[in-house]
Amino acid sequence: MNPIEVHGLHKRYGQVDAVRDVSFSVEEANIFGLIGPDGGGKTTVIRSIVSLLSFDAGEVLFQGKAVDKNVDYVRSHVGYMPQRFSLYQDLTVAENLRFFADLFNVPRNELGPRVEQLYEFSSLAPFKDRRAGALSGGMKQKLALSCMLVHQPSVIVLDEPTFGVDPVSRNDFWQILKTLAARGTTVLVSTAYMDEALLCDKVALVFKGRILAADAPQLLRTRFEEQLYLAATDAPHIVYAALQKSSLCGECELFGDGVHFTLANGATEADVARALADRGTAFSGIRLIDPGLEDLFLKLMKEQQE
Amino acid sequence: MSNQRPAEGDASAKTAGRDGFAVEVQDLTRTFGDFVAVDHVSFSVARGEIFGFLGANGAGKTTTIRMLCGLLLPSGGRGTVAGYDIMRDYERIKLRIGYMSQKFSLYDDLSVRENIEFYGGMYGLGRGEIADRIDNLFESIGLAEHADKLAGSLPLGWKQRMSLAASLLHDPEIIFLDEPTSGVDPVSRRSFWLLIYALADRGKTVFVTTHYMDEAEYCSRISIMKLGKIVELENPHRLKERYGVSTMQEVFLKAVAGSDI
Repeated sequence: MNPIEVHGLHKRYGQVDAVRDVSFSVEEANIFGLIGPDGGGKTTVIRSIVSLLSFDAGEVLFQGKAVDKNVDYVRSHVGYMPQRFSLYQDLTVAENLRFFADLFNVPRNELGPRVEQLYEFSSLAPFKDRRAGALSGGMKQKLALSCMLVHQPSVIVLDEPTFGVDPVSRNDFWQILKTLAARGTTVLVSTAYMDEALLCDKVALVFKGRILAADAPQLLRTRFEEQLYLAATDAPHIVYAALQKSSLCGECELFGDGVHFTLANGATEADVARALADRGTAFSGIRLIDPGLEDLFLKLMKEQQE
Repeated sequence: MSNQRPAEGDASAKTAGRDGFAVEVQDLTRTFGDFVAVDHVSFSVARGEIFGFLGANGAGKTTTIRMLCGLLLPSGGRGTVAGYDIMRDYERIKLRIGYMSQKFSLYDDLSVRENIEFYGGMYGLGRGEIADRIDNLFESIGLAEHADKLAGSLPLGWKQRMSLAASLLHDPEIIFLDEPTSGVDPVSRRSFWLLIYALADRGKTVFVTTHYMDEAEYCSRISIMKLGKIVELENPHRLKERYGVSTMQEVFLKAVAGSDI
């Protein structure tokens, strides 16, 4: 039995289909990522799973129990960190932890050791008497995470926990998630950052209420079957414009270090190089590259829109 | 590119600033009590450059940006922004820069056009001036077809374009963008960057602050701040080569390693 199972989930808001036929399952002690842009339905999926939102069709199982019929069970067993987690700004770090422990009926005699363990995880011990409102963004996120771990849930669900957090704190935060998973905690996390996908055991690419693809990130990349090239340049927009006009490319996408493209039927790498050279477009070579998740996401997005 | 050098003897005109530089600072320093938030920072940004400004929280990024925008006086050092002295002419600087905040406060129940008109009014532009500029601006940003829609009804990617339009209406030389494409889908992000490249090609200087390493990749040069100092200042691809890594995230973590923040 997987800790989280979602089958055919569908949610409408008025005329808008926010989530359309979404199915996936999260295995025990895995990190599962819902990856995609804002407005794609990630939060709706997450709220449905933690029993905060009713849905129109489908089945959502939390530790084998239907979430819509076991609301109390889900809420007392899941660790849920919403997008805007409301820490009490006027309470200190230690007071926030104690408050959330009381809320989840953690016995007082167990509180001490648990809090020590959480400090160890989060490196928040030196700041335990600081008001939550005076913490940096990265530390607030770690405190929010600690508060939801205080009742020792075996499944945690986090909605964009690293939004607006700097890269160093993001890295720390992911290290904590990795450690939790290694100790047996099941993690469902959403993010708009594509690079965080690679830190998950499995990801679902979410766009416009649908899952475009779901698998281990290394396997997902292999779904981009065509050969992908990079035309490297310091002026990617100029190379991009030239390739768009050339009709030599299938996929053709702007990246920071150049243009990623596939060849149209019959075209060769040499044709592309010649076309660029003929236009006097500066580029520093063409080479085969391994497709990334962003390449796959772009391709699947376009296929869905067609 | 227009010649920005002032005429001889014109005391009120732009001073300092060598030709071609939109931003030039030397030993820029700002202290708050005993705390040195920005510590002798020197750099210059060429006109038409897309310059990424990175750093961990608390590294001094925001303080630096506020000094460049004329919102905070430096404690030491010197510099020019858009040719104006940051110590003396900060009121002029404010009129020559645009700022696109990640948390741009749009009025959802005003149309795109009404929002931009309102913003133009705040900048002291006359009705005639606003009317003259707005259509061209919407055309160049691809907002024309959405001009009369309510802002609240637009998808995120279009709201960000509208926010960009608001920062450009008074025709600033330099625009500051704060995580301009966070949360948008990969296709919209690319359309946005094509607009930014087009602006830079027309001579606008673009200053990007971001925690989003995907965005850093699109900059022609990036700086990384740590504990009030700039520790890297380089083209992102060359940085990746030098650090021997494949992503900017790795570059960043290595560059700020040992930081106690």
